[in-house]
Amino acid sequence: MDWLFFGEISLAGLAMGGLYALIALGFVIIYKATRVINFAIGEIMMFAAYLFLAFAGGMELSAWIALPMAVIGGSILGGVIEKTMIRPMLGESPISVVMVTIGIASILVGLVEFIWTANPQLLPSFLPREPVFIGPLYLAPKIAYGFLIGSALLIIYLLYFRFSRGGVALRATASDQAAAYSMGINVRRVFNMAWVFGSLAASLAGVLVAATGGLSPQFGIIGLSVLVVVIVGGLDSILGALVAGVFIGWLETVAGAYLGGEYRMPATFLVLAVILVIRPYGLFGTHEIERV
Amino acid sequence: MRIGDAKQSYEADEAIWTSHTQKLWFGLFLLILLLFPFMADSYLLYLGCLVGIAVISTTGLNILTGFTGLISLGQAGFMGVGAYTVAWLSLNTGLPFPVTLVLAGLMAAAVGILVGLPSLRVKGLYLAIATLAASVFLHFIFAEWESVTGGMGGLSLEPAHLFGWSFQSDFMMYFIIVPLAVLMVFAARNVFRTRIGRAFIAIRDRDISAEILGIDLLHYKLMSFALSSFYAGVAGGLFAYFFRVVTPESFPLSMSIFYLAAVIVGGMGNLLGGILGAAFMTLVPEALKLITAALTPFYPDAPVFMSPMLEIIFGALIVGFLIFEPHGLAEIWHRIRRFFRLWPFRN
Repeated sequence: MDWLFFGEISLAGLAMGGLYALIALGFVIIYKATRVINFAIGEIMMFAAYLFLAFAGGMELSAWIALPMAVIGGSILGGVIEKTMIRPMLGESPISVVMVTIGIASILVGLVEFIWTANPQLLPSFLPREPVFIGPLYLAPKIAYGFLIGSALLIIYLLYFRFSRGGVALRATASDQAAAYSMGINVRRVFNMAWVFGSLAASLAGVLVAATGGLSPQFGIIGLSVLVVVIVGGLDSILGALVAGVFIGWLETVAGAYLGGEYRMPATFLVLAVILVIRPYGLFGTHEIERV
Repeated sequence: MRIGDAKQSYEADEAIWTSHTQKLWFGLFLLILLLFPFMADSYLLYLGCLVGIAVISTTGLNILTGFTGLISLGQAGFMGVGAYTVAWLSLNTGLPFPVTLVLAGLMAAAVGILVGLPSLRVKGLYLAIATLAASVFLHFIFAEWESVTGGMGGLSLEPAHLFGWSFQSDFMMYFIIVPLAVLMVFAARNVFRTRIGRAFIAIRDRDISAEILGIDLLHYKLMSFALSSFYAGVAGGLFAYFFRVVTPESFPLSMSIFYLAAVIVGGMGNLLGGILGAAFMTLVPEALKLITAALTPFYPDAPVFMSPMLEIIFGALIVGFLIFEPHGLAEIWHRIRRFFRLWPFRN
């Protein structure tokens, strides 16, 4: 076995896993606050990446202006989706709400094809190009810098939820909506905020992933990998999202490199199936007790 | 206004036919179905067959999702199992179609039971994700098990045959698909008049309460999975006979979502809704194609925008129905019927 090759593949996988962790964090924020499983997260990422393409490629803005604009655009999209399509579904069965997010995903794919055509696109490269070496191991620069930017946002998020007023409101709503409401927390604003923050994380990750792998209307398929991450980690666990994100990213890359691209999805879904049987609420998720 | 409608026994209330008018209308409907292929052109026949297949599969998914409350994202995978079974059997054994279709249904049911096994431990959305995993594995098997499934190239098969007849044209296929669809919808209607169907509905309404009432959850949940995937398997088998080629890409995840959307747009937990939803969702893309063709002389770019428009309309239909008409087309149908039934007395 070639340890150098394995090391390089693993490193690339771990860096990709860092981005998965960021997306999964966006997913978990939305789930914790509003109990909505967001099947449209891959499409929100895609939409933000296309916005970046429009700002940086079409309008020829500097990438460092286009990136925040695209990310803000993506988070506004998340807020609008919550206000217009998720809010009316409050109190409906989870199946219905999930189907609404699947419908939203389809609408977003259609919109993107409508505006930018169905052809695959390349994002203008904006990350430094010098190869990165960690010890003897080579890491593609796009992945390395993508990982750095992603982790920066991840750390900001973790600090924000731990210490800021908004973060505390969000955690309070997640643990008990009625109690939070009676303590004067504006639960409706928290719902909206959760979607905005969740989509913001997803949007940044979307631009970074699209910068390494290219962009097409099928980009949203990455949402399935994220789904595996959050189920394995536990839907309502931020720690779970981080650990499982890194692990699934690593596993997917290693399986793809050693067994071939067609094994990527089955490998991660095998882990998912095992987890569902052994610990249905995920590695770090809360085990809910159901009462009649 | 309908009168003389008082029921005096439970059996009368539960009967499929509650009035002569109903029988008359249904007979008329069957007659139209019978005469349709003699009057329709080849395009309408093709659509008729597609709707028939969709009705069978949607009814199957309705049993599982609408009546038992178990959400499944694996319907296309189960259809694939049925389609590959039919393709393999007709290539290797040459059995007539009634046998292959039943075997396709049974094969899919067996896979369905296997997929349903986690359903006692996980439920709701977790179950949906378990079925999603199953459809990923099934797709993988279809693509990689080359000695049986022919790999990415898939399998091509001979037309369906019985007693020396070969069902080659859409016209002939119509007479397999549509009677089978009518038969299977009837079978489903009858299931819900028995203990089994009642158990499904009890599980949907509250599974813990159902268990306390003495319903064996695992048994009935697996039965629902088996029944639902039997329908999917038969629909998949018909799909194979109809298109006569089966590839892994014939049954993508988007197809599972399509059937779930058909159930929702039609009306969850309503057999009539499943039929309306299947027909509606199959015909919307075709209507859009006609509109595009009509617009092309004025806007030469129209065909380019058709596929994105289709995605947007598909999504908007799901979202719109869930927000504004959660009981689906069946509810609209009932409203129209109520209007006629109460006609002179409403304002």
